[in-house]
Amino acid sequence: MKPVSLLTKECKTVNYVSGPLIFVQSVKGVSYGEIAQITLPNGEVRTGQVLDISRDLAVIQVFEGTSGIDNKETRVQFTGKPPTIDVSIDLLGRILNGVGKPRDGGPDIIPETSLDINGMPINPYARDKPADFIQTGMSTIDALTTLVRGQKLPIFSGAGLPANKLAAQIARQAKVRGEGENFAVVFVAMGITYKEASFFMDDFERTGALERVVFFMNLADDPTIERIATPRCALTVAEYLAFTHNLHVLVILTDMINYCEALREISTAREEVPGRRGYPGYMYTDLASIYERAGRIKGAKGSITQIPILTMPDDDITHPVPDLTGYITEGQIVLSRDLYRRGANPPIDVLPCLSRLMNLGIGAGKTREDHRNVADQLYASYAYGRDLRRLVAIVGEEALTELDKKYLKFADEFEKKFITQGDENRSLERTLEIGWDLMSMLPEEELKRIKREYIQKYHPAFRKG
Amino acid sequence: MIAGVISRISGPVVLSDQMRGSKMYDVVKVGAEELNGEIIRLDGDLAVVQVYEDTSGLKIGERVLNTETPLSVELGPGLLSSIYDGIQRPLPVLVKRSGSFISRGISVDGIDMEKKWDFVASAKKGDRVSGGDIVGTVMEYNIEHRILVPPPVSGTIREIHSGAFTVKEPVCILDDGTPVTMLQKWPVRKGRPYRKKQDPRSLLVTGQRIFDTMFPVAKGGTAMIPGGFGTGKTVAEQTLAKWSDTQIVVYIGCGERGNEMTDVLTEFPELVDPRTKMPLIQRTILIANTSNMPVAAREASIYTGITMAEYYRDMGYDVALMADSTSRWGEALREVSGRLEEMPGEEGYPAYLATRLAAFYERAGRVVCLGSDERLGSITIVGAVSPPGGDFSEPITQNTLRIAGTFWALDTSLAYRRHFPSVNWIKSYSLYLDSIQEWFLQSGFDEWKEMRDVTMYLLQKEVELQEIVQLVGPDALPESEKAILEVTRMIREDFLQQSAYHEIDSFCPLEKQYWMLRVILNFYDRTSEAMNRGVALNKILKLPFKPEIGRMKEQADIDKIKNLMGEIDKNIASLEVEK
Repeated sequence: MKPVSLLTKECKTVNYVSGPLIFVQSVKGVSYGEIAQITLPNGEVRTGQVLDISRDLAVIQVFEGTSGIDNKETRVQFTGKPPTIDVSIDLLGRILNGVGKPRDGGPDIIPETSLDINGMPINPYARDKPADFIQTGMSTIDALTTLVRGQKLPIFSGAGLPANKLAAQIARQAKVRGEGENFAVVFVAMGITYKEASFFMDDFERTGALERVVFFMNLADDPTIERIATPRCALTVAEYLAFTHNLHVLVILTDMINYCEALREISTAREEVPGRRGYPGYMYTDLASIYERAGRIKGAKGSITQIPILTMPDDDITHPVPDLTGYITEGQIVLSRDLYRRGANPPIDVLPCLSRLMNLGIGAGKTREDHRNVADQLYASYAYGRDLRRLVAIVGEEALTELDKKYLKFADEFEKKFITQGDENRSLERTLEIGWDLMSMLPEEELKRIKREYIQKYHPAFRKG
Repeated sequence: MIAGVISRISGPVVLSDQMRGSKMYDVVKVGAEELNGEIIRLDGDLAVVQVYEDTSGLKIGERVLNTETPLSVELGPGLLSSIYDGIQRPLPVLVKRSGSFISRGISVDGIDMEKKWDFVASAKKGDRVSGGDIVGTVMEYNIEHRILVPPPVSGTIREIHSGAFTVKEPVCILDDGTPVTMLQKWPVRKGRPYRKKQDPRSLLVTGQRIFDTMFPVAKGGTAMIPGGFGTGKTVAEQTLAKWSDTQIVVYIGCGERGNEMTDVLTEFPELVDPRTKMPLIQRTILIANTSNMPVAAREASIYTGITMAEYYRDMGYDVALMADSTSRWGEALREVSGRLEEMPGEEGYPAYLATRLAAFYERAGRVVCLGSDERLGSITIVGAVSPPGGDFSEPITQNTLRIAGTFWALDTSLAYRRHFPSVNWIKSYSLYLDSIQEWFLQSGFDEWKEMRDVTMYLLQKEVELQEIVQLVGPDALPESEKAILEVTRMIREDFLQQSAYHEIDSFCPLEKQYWMLRVILNFYDRTSEAMNRGVALNKILKLPFKPEIGRMKEQADIDKIKNLMGEIDKNIASLEVEK
């Protein structure tokens, strides 16, 4: 037990306990947002954070839950400090719990410094424009939803869809062309099962990336409220690695829906006016304080790229969590149950996918001059082909014009050859080549989105001739 | 000075005791770090303060100082090309003071107080001046920054000199000793006065076909762009900020992404205004309060922006104000309202949401400015709305619909198909069609109204025909209706779609828009006529000029587009001869 300093405020005045919250009376000199140590009657010590204070009442959220807390013997000690995490380069290769303490049985971390987990907003003027193309080796992402360094690009998945497999494959294959290995992965598990977490661990181990990974583990049976702190701790570590140790950090957060559930639980316990589906009205701002910590900073060599994974309840993209996420992140990758059933692997539904920063990372000198045009044309043709499928379901294929039949065929082939790739790691050139081969199924004058000079340069009809 | 003590802290809301005598919306300095805040409710000795900075670490019992001035902005030369946070703190200065991350309790001037400007007096000694009169000018880049007598002041000029002054030094002294400086302070929540409002009558040329030709907004009007995520709101707002033909643009990034503001910051200095040939940043004021910056400052950012816009309007300029996104502003209202434990209205928004929205949009308009020369100025507001789940029935969209003059409905299914701008032509509308018809006539676009009507008719017809096709297949349609589908496809793909990133297509001059649409409609007319005389549709569709229509967008030479008219006539006529 740590010695109690004379300045430490300790009281035994817990009055009201509800859900994850305790209300402490007759407190003095408490500051907003500070950390409190709660000692239970059985001697167990838990951590909490001050959420609201008025003259003599402090509301504290307890990260490890309130079971066992009473309103007679429980002691609360205010530390006067904001929530912090000890950081060090030695965190690489370690497995930590949801608030950054080792859970792998290894030695304690000797901190290089201790940082406030809430961080501070990046000044927009100090941000550097993301511009480096990250080749993920996935055709759909590289060609159509390009990921660039400093971007936040979530994967919207459904229950049972292989989002984890996709994320692991991206983490494995992602590279900036022509650069060495100056990367790290911060993996943040929030409320996922042990099985899912060990899938990632095994994958990293198999590929030898384990010593470049920091694991934050708040599993399904760990305290829910701890999840509020987990992504913040992880991003603080990521910022430290990126901006102090100049690493390019990829942060994988899974599963954001569990984080939002925890947020809702606290909001309900505080009896706040609920917004849509019971989630608090400030969820947008709260999520932004996580997602906006991705980016690059002028003068800093490192960067933070985020891939949050979230499971859309009932595959509903208008559910508040994917909806608000989509409004903050710079695009999204959407998995589709329909494609999954048809055997596409990965089942990425390219139509609702988007990368807002794509144009910054592609084009001549970065990827290839025809990249933008090819992406637009593939999108437009595939979308039209998909529309036709609905028509065919009603009137039959015979009713279609010759041209429309070609589009229909194009859409099928696109799913088989372009979207589906399994474990293959495709170079961007290979991806674009497949795209051109598919487009050559259509008459040339249909390729309206492509500049004539590119058609002459890259179209298979000209390439062969 | 009134000084109170903190008695409660809950997120961005702080309660302070011993504040009797304070006024609503007074700015206060909260705690030892002197965080900026504003009084939003008074209750006996208690004042409720919304704090514009993160409140972590504040303690009960710390002091709250009332500055006894309302939240104001500093107006004067030096605003253009600046980038501010929600309460007019220049972000580059914050970087210098506190590094790459924004820390707290920093107070800085909104404009450079040391810089000397070359003031050229235009009024002279003995002139009688009152609020809004121009006493002289300074050049702010290429903009003639007119120095105005601040509204309540009037008198006879005792002294006035041309020369180099800082914004704080008096450039002119009135007979009662009142100094006139280039610097003015104005409370942001109060609209700047003008003589009278006028109906907006001229087009805000944006270079975007779907806007200018189909759903125009007038200078001094208001427009709203609602759309789910990924439908291109921000791209549309940025495109408008780039190409609108106003002298001044105010761009408010309200609760949006940091990387997007960086994009604007790096792109605007490189882009050139097609009319003045000057870098776009030199006519632009940026206000960036990204989603992770404090929520109360997000609420203020809209007012900071509109007040700056009014300041330039009062000089007699046309100003365009882009607010992206007003939903985030509404959410900031909701969050603060929730902390105040106010009775919630629809979806938790406060009951006064509609009033606040209306009050903001009503600060747009074309006005006769104060001052004896009766100059005209205008503010056009374009507000983006981010409806949850893309559902337009939510409160912010619905309340804005009641006020905004032009409605650009963005459509997720168009966006999925990469039809950009993804403005749905069936749902969108403009209430300015009649009032700017005269402007189109005077500008030499005689047939604009008729052409637009025909286009809208065809697009409406297409919806009906598509329904039939969905049921019975395209073959069941008569030839004449198949022709309509061909033409509407042309309108959609070759006219309405416009790339914001193509070097030529991103800005389409009005004349080019006019001729592009004429070519397509001419094709429709000639085709219908020829088909009446028995020419088969598929023969017409194989004619060589058809791909040319598809490439009009990329054509910079308007004469070549005009030539297509004759080519269409000639080619179709030749088919008839063959027959």
